[in-house]
Amino acid sequence: MKRQAGDPGRRSGTDMTEGKTMTHSPPPDDKAKYQRVAYYPGCALEGTAHAYDASTRAVGKALGLELDEVPDWNCCGAMEVKNIDPKVQTYLSSRVLSIAANEMHAPVVMAPCNGCYHNLKKAEYDLGHDDASRETVGKISQQAGHAAYQAGQVETIHALDWLKHGVGEAELRTRVSKSLNGLKVANYYGCMYTRPRHIFPEKDCGPGSDSLYQPHFMDDLLAAAGAENVDFPLKTACCGGAHTLSDSDTSTKLVLNILRAAEAAGADVIATECPTCHAGLEMHQVRAEKVFGEKTTVKMLYFTQLLGVALGLSPRSVGVHENVSDGRAALAEKGIA
Amino acid sequence: MPIHEKALIRPENLLTHDKLVVDGVDVSGHWSTFIAPRVVTDYNERLQDEIAALPGGEFVHRCWQCGSCTNVCTVNAVNPDFNPRFWIYLIRMGMESELLRDKDIIWQCVSCNKCTDACPRQVVPEGVMKATARWLELKGHTPKSSSTHFDEEFSEQVIATGKIEEGRIIRNFFARTGQPLRQEWLVEMAKRIARRLPVKLGMVMGFAALVRPRTRGWAKARRAIEGHVAREETRRRAALGLASAAAAAPPSNDSARTG
Ligand code: SF4
Ligand code: SF4
Ligand code: SF4
Repeated sequence: MKRQAGDPGRRSGTDMTEGKTMTHSPPPDDKAKYQRVAYYPGCALEGTAHAYDASTRAVGKALGLELDEVPDWNCCGAMEVKNIDPKVQTYLSSRVLSIAANEMHAPVVMAPCNGCYHNLKKAEYDLGHDDASRETVGKISQQAGHAAYQAGQVETIHALDWLKHGVGEAELRTRVSKSLNGLKVANYYGCMYTRPRHIFPEKDCGPGSDSLYQPHFMDDLLAAAGAENVDFPLKTACCGGAHTLSDSDTSTKLVLNILRAAEAAGADVIATECPTCHAGLEMHQVRAEKVFGEKTTVKMLYFTQLLGVALGLSPRSVGVHENVSDGRAALAEKGIA
Repeated sequence: MPIHEKALIRPENLLTHDKLVVDGVDVSGHWSTFIAPRVVTDYNERLQDEIAALPGGEFVHRCWQCGSCTNVCTVNAVNPDFNPRFWIYLIRMGMESELLRDKDIIWQCVSCNKCTDACPRQVVPEGVMKATARWLELKGHTPKSSSTHFDEEFSEQVIATGKIEEGRIIRNFFARTGQPLRQEWLVEMAKRIARRLPVKLGMVMGFAALVRPRTRGWAKARRAIEGHVAREETRRRAALGLASAAAAAPPSNDSARTG
């Protein structure tokens, strides 16, 4: 069926069958495919989320996985460029995918940032379903002097998929030298990891796949590292990251909901898997205190920082001291670091 | 599931009388509240088409008014006046003046896509919100929202160099919107990191960004993207019956920006 760009098609409500039968290959069991992947860090990991980049690389190295950074990558456009022109946003992702496919000949590209991951997935969907997107991307690619990306050339995964499929809980358990035992964790996935669902055909496809409504890959990995995951209802709530500075009051309210819910669930830390979510929670925790006069004490840590510490890496080497919300005491209290 | 309804009766049109005589009959005590009659005459028959011509608005015609989008909406939960279903109704009915009553909050959609997943008709209400916010600005009903300033600053950097630099975006965004950079909470945040990591203070606030990140070999892509954006902008303005940007644009606010 031909669709326009951005048309979610008919994979709706509880009827997931179309997505399953048409676009999905069964959950991966070939670990080898994920041992060495093309790595797309994105702008945030080169800047304020340096600690996420450092901890992702360190955890990969400790587990014997290899990352080849995509050469000369560009920004994916985050949540902003699409509002200027959605097809330019599609092109931005397609250029990265094209380098991974045509220059690196990589079967898999991994992005730790929800925004990057989401945009690569969205480009994959639009280029696979919409002639106008293919045409625009083809034209800009040609003028820019590189091969246009064709849907299906590369598989895009998140850092969570990389560790879950490339290592898995069983092996991770044997590699843990400093169990996160006693640490109560609320796992926060944000919005872009699961929404909109039509761009994630591999999710909700039975055992081995992550869930759109109750994602659990981060829970699984951290549980394998010994953490106690609390029952956290706001896993995929939105932090208002799109307007973190342009509509700060709304963002602060949304973040406060998340922080309060995590504390009510008894969490010592919130594990994050997105630099924008992480920065949003940290910034608006401070803003809630300064502007709304409401103080919360839960700490934010990237899930890769928690895994790194569990693997015996020093908190410093995974950048725990770089976070705005200082999680060192929370870890020390449990005798973890 | 709660139903979030939006009454078409305006509170100011509810007329209450203590003493009321109608056609010589005193009806005080029986009838005291009336709704002032209101006739809508200023339909914009093209409203739905105009929204559909802007990115994100393509599927607005599919809506069957179930209200699921408003029900799951992140922003509606913090502001009950934020009502995507209602605005989509007004757009489809061409009730422009009614829509304009909410013109200052439509841009606040946070693009969480909860509505996109909840909608049984694949309307993509998130896209409709973006298209409507853009329509309001293009038609001159609202000034550029702070969100648009942010999108423009961000996109200009990406298109120019292939990458963004966060500190530069924060700095330029505050300059564009005329806000002081030294917000108490930003300073507090910077201080908290600076205690442990002096370098990061500069990084976050963007003072120490000496090397601007850029993608190697980006020049050709930049030209291609700029060409595409200019063509699309002209097409969209034409669809809204506006003169081309070059002819109609107010003087650009470049001078207000720091580099
Ligand atoms: S939760 Fe916030 S930062 Fe995270 S993906 Fe959603 S909007 Fe973005
Ligand atoms: S994307 Fe916008 S309109 Fe849709 S649920 Fe989120 S905030 Fe509401
Ligand atoms: S969920 Fe979809 S069909 Fe229902 S009111 Fe919203 S846009 Fe219309």
